[in-house]
Amino acid sequence: MPVAGSATAAISGRVAKTRNYLARTWPLYAMFVPGLVALAIFSYYPMYGIVMAFQDYNPGLGFVKSPWVGLENFRSIFANPDFYNIVRNSFVIATAKIVTLQIAAVALALLLNEVVAMWFKRALQTVLYLPYFLSWVVLGGILLDMLSSRGVVALAFRALGLESPMFLGSNTWFVPTLVVTNIWQSVGWSTIIYLAALTAVDPQLHEAAAIDGAGRWQRVRHITLPGIASTVVLLACLNLGNVLQAGFDQVFTLYNPAVYATGDILDTYVYRVGLISARYSLGAAIGLFKSVMGFILIVTAYRLADRFAGYSIF
Amino acid sequence: MVGEKNWGSRLFDVANHVFLILFAAACLFPMIHMLAVSFSDRAASTGGFVTVWPIRFTTANYEKIFQARTIYTAAWVSVQRTVAGTLLNLLLTILTAYPLSKSAQAWKGRNIFVWIVVFSMFFGGGLIPWFLVIRSLGLLNTVWALILPGALPVWNVILTMNFFRDVPRELEEAAIIDGASHWRILWDVYVPISAPALAVMTLFCAVGHWNSWFDGMVLMSRTTLYPLQTFLRSVVVTMNLSMLLTMDSRTMFEISDRSAKAATILISTIPILIVYPFVQRYFIVGIKLGAVKG
Repeated sequence: MPVAGSATAAISGRVAKTRNYLARTWPLYAMFVPGLVALAIFSYYPMYGIVMAFQDYNPGLGFVKSPWVGLENFRSIFANPDFYNIVRNSFVIATAKIVTLQIAAVALALLLNEVVAMWFKRALQTVLYLPYFLSWVVLGGILLDMLSSRGVVALAFRALGLESPMFLGSNTWFVPTLVVTNIWQSVGWSTIIYLAALTAVDPQLHEAAAIDGAGRWQRVRHITLPGIASTVVLLACLNLGNVLQAGFDQVFTLYNPAVYATGDILDTYVYRVGLISARYSLGAAIGLFKSVMGFILIVTAYRLADRFAGYSIF
Repeated sequence: MVGEKNWGSRLFDVANHVFLILFAAACLFPMIHMLAVSFSDRAASTGGFVTVWPIRFTTANYEKIFQARTIYTAAWVSVQRTVAGTLLNLLLTILTAYPLSKSAQAWKGRNIFVWIVVFSMFFGGGLIPWFLVIRSLGLLNTVWALILPGALPVWNVILTMNFFRDVPRELEEAAIIDGASHWRILWDVYVPISAPALAVMTLFCAVGHWNSWFDGMVLMSRTTLYPLQTFLRSVVVTMNLSMLLTMDSRTMFEISDRSAKAATILISTIPILIVYPFVQRYFIVGIKLGAVKG
């Protein structure tokens, strides 16, 4: 029976092929399993927060048995004027930090690039990168001391015969303080990517331009700036994904109830309402709102980065 | 740089150098100031007279903190989480990145798996379910709560995967002809060739573990289980000095809370300052690895 014979042969051929494939590649699956398990438990399993947001979650019942409430949690969130305030605060703080940091970083990178002596440049970089490696608890602890009424900043103001503003206690000054201290922490480290882009600029371009009589400023304008333009565009695109990331660590270490009006953000609100007051479903619902918004923003950001700067993460 | 220097150009150089020196000094000032406060005596620091130099130099602040020993407990928790957590980070990064660096033909399912990994970076359940999951696993108040939830650093996996893909194919093919398994190839070809990049990532993971404080604050209900940065937060931000020192009348007479806090801050950053020069050596590799991090 030739037909059945060839079918058997085909099947046994496929079995042999599969066995052969697995004999070579089973280690790849085995290697991937631990990472997959970690992701499943700590990244994918917590996505049941999506379900919680539509329930009146009771830890004793779990998310299978907890009663459903439909859109009740979202209704109470959207009816709360605080919510619009924290969304606005998150957006304002994040955007102010992103824009100022990028401008400062580009400017600092251009200035560092004009330093000729390598040892001097390296010494500056050592100092400027350091704050990036310290936690916000350390930086916040230092700032709380320096900006207190008996701190060194108040001392400086007194020396000038002025009265120091309450940087961390007034709604006028809290956000500017966040912006400036954010620059302190991150500006050095943020210059790295621009300096890297500048090392890729061919030095012969500068020499040729100098021979043609281009002055220093002209060379900066026509050689250096175009050399980092694509990096600037790329980071601007990617940063768009972060316009709701106001920075929990920084805000949480520096804020206090006196500045909730300008300083309270989505993450700190979720922490206080969800964890401290243990209103799990409400916290999960606000968390879901932020996750969805964040997802949309990041996907948009990567799309733009791909479109305008040809960037993709893999 | 190009030789010719006119008047304006020289003036710019001077102004630029002066500005950069002042800017760097301003960035460094807070650290110097803390150092000065931590070595100043009670009257000077309480009165707020210290700037960049200690007034009436004393080591009493440090002595009291080390005598009280509460800081050792917290430091030990931090050491445990940093060593175990970083090793686990490194192991899982390598193991997860290697199969993902293969083509979809060589490893069936690769494209689905890579999306599973990437998606987890873009979307999460949020703080509340994250906390509830860790609690339901019984990890609260154990050091594992500080190690396991962040065991797989997804961004590092992506970077390592990209790095592995740039490894020349010939190296791997030669190893296959010699009959090497994927385990062997990963260990003998990919890991050695990526050692500098893996070293940077490891240092960054270690710094991240050392600096973490939020997980300790949320996942530990007893202050004796706090890692150092969480402990520091209690002392410095919530101003709970009794956690650090037994404030008897003699101690209160000798040291000020400001100096004690400054000293605690500096003690907690010593490990960072020790690894900093090593991190710095790899800044150039760091450019490729970390700078575009979102």
